[in-house]
Amino acid sequence: MSRQKTILFACGTGIATSTAVNVAVTEAMKKRGLTFNAQQAKATEVPGLVDSVDFIVSTTPISASVTKPVIKGLAFLTGIGKDKVLDEIEAQLRK
Amino acid sequence: MPEGLMQLLDPEAIVLGSDASTNEEIIRILAGRLETLGYVKSSYADAVVHRERTIPTGLPLERADNVAVPHTDPEHVLKPGIAMGTLKRPVTFANMEDPDEKLPVGFVFLLAINDKDKQIEALQSVMATIQNPEALDGLRSAGTLDDVRAVLG
Repeated sequence: MSRQKTILFACGTGIATSTAVNVAVTEAMKKRGLTFNAQQAKATEVPGLVDSVDFIVSTTPISASVTKPVIKGLAFLTGIGKDKVLDEIEAQLRK
Repeated sequence: MPEGLMQLLDPEAIVLGSDASTNEEIIRILAGRLETLGYVKSSYADAVVHRERTIPTGLPLERADNVAVPHTDPEHVLKPGIAMGTLKRPVTFANMEDPDEKLPVGFVFLLAINDKDKQIEALQSVMATIQNPEALDGLRSAGTLDDVRAVLG
């Protein structure tokens, strides 16, 4: 793996569900031997922050103007389909 | 079992078997409890109701009674807290991930959060409960605080 990647975790307020998702992804990726830099933001702030991150994990819809990959993070709140999303995140981190 | 959520819930901020018929009604009931108990400012209820319309918080769990986690910006919060409501009949919330999709919601966890770094455990505890179908089934039939304690530990 080359340089450490940065994930932007987004949700409505930038402090509630994005925190829960950030923690869940950090723990799961550690088990897979992967680390990353994490940032958190409100979904509305994402377009202004996206240039400095590699991809986004969000629990709410993100503006279509964002060209970086957006991975849906709701699975970490509901528990449904979590492994598949973790595989997607791992693939992005290993790119 | 999700440990610890009971320690984070103020017993006076638990409403069981509410007759509320809309998401705004249950949000205002629970927000009123948090305000009376000193967790949030008087601006909190309106802020949550308004936010729910634009950035909804329903979580699809593939159940007839899903969960919603309404909340708002930290400036309306005085100290961290969580209120919980169970509904006699599900009310409609929109899906957090797809606001056009409506979900029947039977459980509402109203979050008062003002410092993400200090409230990670609280959030994890709420999420663990949401992801535990037996816990939700137990809460649905809970009629007293002792029933809730038996489920949430």
